[in-house]
Amino acid sequence: MTRLDTLRGPAEPLDHNARTIAALAVNPGCDRRALLDAAGVDKQRTATHLGFPAPFGQSPFAITRAKSFDALVKANGCAHLLRLLRSTLDLSISEASYSDISDVGGNDDHQVRHTRTRALLKRAATDGDGAGTLFDHPLLKLTVAGHEVYLEPAVIAFQIEGRFHIVEIKSFAVIDDQADAGQVAAAARQSAVYVHALRALFTAEGLDPGRISHNVVLVCPKDFANHPTATLLDVRQQLAALERQLSRLTRIDRILDELPIGITFDLETQSPDEVGKAVATVGARFAPECLASCEMSLFCRAEARDRESTDVLGRAARDELGGIESIPAVLGLADDSRPPSPEQLEIAEQLRYVRRIYTEAVA
Amino acid sequence: MSIMSSYARALAVQNGRAQPVATVRHLHLSATPMVFIPLKLAGEAAAPLAALVGTDPANPRLLVVPQPRNRDLRFAFMAELAEVLLPYIEGLAGVTETVEAKTPYERCADAPQLLVPNRGGIAFTKLLGRSTRFRRTDGPYPVHPSVPVLGQWLTFLSERAEYAGSSALVSMTDALALHWATGQSSMEDANLATQLAWIAPPEGLDGPEAALVAEDPLTSPPAGPETHPDFDGQVLEYAIQAFETSGSAAQVREALRSQLEPTWTLMWQGVRLLRELPEAATVEARWARDRDQFTRETARLAEGGFPRGRVDGAVSAAIRLADLESALQAYEAQRAFDDPLVMIEHRVAGKAFSGEVVAVDATRRIVPAGKTRAAPRPLVTIRTSDPVRLSPGRRLVSSRNRKQRTEIVDITGDLVVIQVNDQMGRGATPAPGSVPEVGDVVCYAELDPSGGQRPRLPAGEDTPWTHGGPPEPYVPTDEDAQEAWS
Amino acid sequence: MITLTPGQAAAEATEAILADFMGGPHRGVIVDSPPGAGKTTLVVTAATTLADSGERLMIVAQTNEQVDDLTDKLATKAPTLSIGRLHSDGFSVPSRVTRHPGVTASNKIDQVESCAVVIATADKWAYVSGHSWSWAIVDEAYQMRSDKLLAIAALFDRALFVGDPGQLDPFSVVDTERWAGLAWDPMQSAVAVIGRLNDLPVHRLPVSWRLPASAAPLVSEAFYPFASFRSGTAAADRELQLTTAGFPVPWDRTLNEAAATGWALHELPSRHTIRTDAEAVQACAGLATRLLQRGAVAHDENGSHDVGPDRIAIGCAHTDQVAAIRAAGTPAGVTVDTANRLQGREYDVTIVLHPLSGRRDATAFHLESGRLCVLTSRHRHACIVVARAGIAELLDNHPSTGRVQLNVPVKFPDGWEANHAVLAHLSNHRVGA
Repeated sequence: MTRLDTLRGPAEPLDHNARTIAALAVNPGCDRRALLDAAGVDKQRTATHLGFPAPFGQSPFAITRAKSFDALVKANGCAHLLRLLRSTLDLSISEASYSDISDVGGNDDHQVRHTRTRALLKRAATDGDGAGTLFDHPLLKLTVAGHEVYLEPAVIAFQIEGRFHIVEIKSFAVIDDQADAGQVAAAARQSAVYVHALRALFTAEGLDPGRISHNVVLVCPKDFANHPTATLLDVRQQLAALERQLSRLTRIDRILDELPIGITFDLETQSPDEVGKAVATVGARFAPECLASCEMSLFCRAEARDRESTDVLGRAARDELGGIESIPAVLGLADDSRPPSPEQLEIAEQLRYVRRIYTEAVA
Repeated sequence: MSIMSSYARALAVQNGRAQPVATVRHLHLSATPMVFIPLKLAGEAAAPLAALVGTDPANPRLLVVPQPRNRDLRFAFMAELAEVLLPYIEGLAGVTETVEAKTPYERCADAPQLLVPNRGGIAFTKLLGRSTRFRRTDGPYPVHPSVPVLGQWLTFLSERAEYAGSSALVSMTDALALHWATGQSSMEDANLATQLAWIAPPEGLDGPEAALVAEDPLTSPPAGPETHPDFDGQVLEYAIQAFETSGSAAQVREALRSQLEPTWTLMWQGVRLLRELPEAATVEARWARDRDQFTRETARLAEGGFPRGRVDGAVSAAIRLADLESALQAYEAQRAFDDPLVMIEHRVAGKAFSGEVVAVDATRRIVPAGKTRAAPRPLVTIRTSDPVRLSPGRRLVSSRNRKQRTEIVDITGDLVVIQVNDQMGRGATPAPGSVPEVGDVVCYAELDPSGGQRPRLPAGEDTPWTHGGPPEPYVPTDEDAQEAWS
Repeated sequence: MITLTPGQAAAEATEAILADFMGGPHRGVIVDSPPGAGKTTLVVTAATTLADSGERLMIVAQTNEQVDDLTDKLATKAPTLSIGRLHSDGFSVPSRVTRHPGVTASNKIDQVESCAVVIATADKWAYVSGHSWSWAIVDEAYQMRSDKLLAIAALFDRALFVGDPGQLDPFSVVDTERWAGLAWDPMQSAVAVIGRLNDLPVHRLPVSWRLPASAAPLVSEAFYPFASFRSGTAAADRELQLTTAGFPVPWDRTLNEAAATGWALHELPSRHTIRTDAEAVQACAGLATRLLQRGAVAHDENGSHDVGPDRIAIGCAHTDQVAAIRAAGTPAGVTVDTANRLQGREYDVTIVLHPLSGRRDATAFHLESGRLCVLTSRHRHACIVVARAGIAELLDNHPSTGRVQLNVPVKFPDGWEANHAVLAHLSNHRVGA
């Protein structure tokens, strides 16, 4: 049993998927999140156990809508999709084959599916068949923090004339050729994970990873209809960020080294209080942005509030305050009740000035 | 964000209550604002689900779409919304006043003001406008005649909301954040319930306590346009099923009412809080611009004006950008000159300073650059303790005369010397009162309330080759009118 | 394969550009010019070539300073050319322009219209109407916002757009996504718009005559990943000599490193600070002072000269930093300015206050690749970067959650990547303070 397994306890490790890997880039400075993810800890359950359930969820309407849109795009042998690929990639695809790798002869075992994915992709890449080929649910593998993880596939790999494209189907709308920039960014980060994994697979097979395009085909509903439209999305920047994040995950060892001996986040044997104390031994880097993306965020916010940390005011505010960590320190320097350390002389002077003119103006 | 607002946030944490960042109200508040709280169905682009709307706090009107996936029901909802909004808007268009100008013209005496809870409400209003303004009352998918008209007005209002200082369509959380700094982050201020909890916590609670309570979706449902996922799964889904089987919308209505009413109360609480602040000096002038635009749009629609196209052409985009920039520049400057607390932001940044006049050379005359005759150019020396970060030659405006042009001549230590360039009358010496006097406390800033000039741009039909040549003028098509809304 | 000398490569590029501009089928030609690649020389050559064949030409630059510089250079190179310097009312034209007998300066187009070349800022050109030119050169076209071009494009038939794609993008105070994805989004640069709407040839000047051999590879790789260039000079051609020996103190060790290698990272202890970090500000001013005290002499392909205050610049991100550095005892005559205002300028030695120094979190503003590119590409001999330790961690911890709009071309390089590249290079030239 590795140290990470001990941390998690007997619970099954939570699988990574493209979303969780993409999320590594959302707050890469947070040791707490890095460690919990690396150990495969169920953050959702942990947060609930601690009494701080995640402040977000998914509406059943959104789930239904996503499913029905996905089905629509793939209906009739991906008829819609092929039409879109023809127009978006400007391809003359006469016909295309479609292989679903969501299970292999009734077997949905990861290893079996991954082997099958490799075999199919390799054959497509080496045969040099000019015809288009669609591979649905390709199960890819990726090394994250020294661990091999499978990627739950939510994409299609499309091969034409030896070039491969990731096709990502999303149910947010593209209205007048624009979509919510936050959602597009999230889709780009996830797609980059698949591009990266597919390139890794190619490299392992001795194929040219450059054959995987950095242009992802994003399929979304057009305007207010269910009708799909496709847009090419250049994910080179997301790929660069991802590759750097992955290369840095070795620092998990550094975090582990700093942990007290015998600590565990096991929800079965530990009381909420004990788990809370254990989690608190790993430093978090809370920012209000976490509230939109991390299951642990309310716990971390409560912790930051208890410490009266300037983090609760937001990243911009904290930088404006010269990086001072605590709110009482800010106010103490401002009203002269706390002597500044030599490093704080400048910010203290500014704060005193701000306090003076603020107090004047409010009076 | 500045160190001033960050300091105010820190202070709010310590005091357990939001702190003021404005001393006056910087937006117009109509005597009868129309509060509009729209909800949409999760997962859909612009499927209206419900709205609570009205001008009377005691009498909101609840509109719902009992099956949000049904196109006909959506249009029925829009027609019903038009029943509320169009009489309000068109009623205000009827009363005009004559504006004294070089060429006197008629302007609406008042204009509509829509208040929505947050920026999401503005974005959704825009989408509702986008999805209805092209509709037709004849042809394959006819809609009620009021629907495309409402679409045009919603489009007009959401476009006005892009202009800094417009009060035509206002997000309540933005309006409140303009006047109070809470002890939470600006991101969390987008939650109307927690923001108001910090500003005006209920009896017996302090700001942070009240904000925690207000985060509970059971007591404070989201202010929209998205509903809470738990509500969707545990209540709404069943209510819609009930409608499907029974044909009665009662259950859907009650469910959505429960989600909307708490926000309705908060919206009017916000209105009351804002109303308690005295109106800033330039609010009236900015509201006059809203009224001008409203007057024009009324005339345009009366002449059968087309719905606005989906996107701007090259020339109209450039014109709009210039207008947006000008509006923002003027708004920032006016707000600072209207409010010493806002001016602090600029003083801290070194773009403005306040101090006492210690010397005046009122009789100074020089020959200005490019001129041949000497003219009065008095020098005023001001002592300030502000960290001035301006250099000689920079043009400044003062709060005592926003039209007078001045420039920095010298900064030495805490003494700033400025030269006054105009607005001194026609005499050989400055007219009395046109130049500050020793002992006056003055404030000068590198801010221009006039907003600058719009560049000369070609007409749309003369768009040059560099920008793609003349675009096809937008003419509504059948396709636009029949666009799917599913 | 014969490798061209830098001079040959540059000449070949210029020839191809002029041929395409004057003889090609396109209404516009775009020239990407990396820092110090002879952009002005190209403009002067194109102008004189056109004038020699009897053609009338209008030149557009973005600021009055650029217009005056260009006019001065053009008149110096071609004393017999009649040049009209069109300016706004109340602007006093500097003597470096009026000293040339061939130059007519006026605020009225009618007074200069007959000149072979008329030159003005884009803002001034926007007020000209009812006149037209067959030829135009638009200088610093990547700094020009596309709405400015829209206002003047009717004045000319064909144009040469010259500029540096690695510098700061044009800016708007308005924060709107209204036009995202449109080819004519007015918030883009003039080049972005003409490039997206017209199929125009894009040329590139391949040699930087400013950047020394120690700098060109890094600047090229970090900021011009798809348009590499090389230095016009070899390592042996440039030498920065400090005529007095230093003391074994950080400032002097930093100067030694910079003189020896062309780069130095003057690293202060890690700490979160306000923008006007006193120690960093002091270091910038102090390094400039010491550089002058130690009698720096620059030897280059043109000879040798003393590095006086006018040959030194201190660059930073914010105006309050500029004010603080000026107030911290910076020697008179040394330029202190923000990246925006240093665009297009050249010095022997630059001292840069790193935009990320002392910060806990980066913002898009501080990460913008153009800002760092301007700051690290103004020098002929050496660039000294002053920073607090910890920037590598800051970059690593930076959340990559940027918004992505559909149909907007991805901009390269990404600021985060470019910052990493520069920092990695600087880490080999670190002097701890």
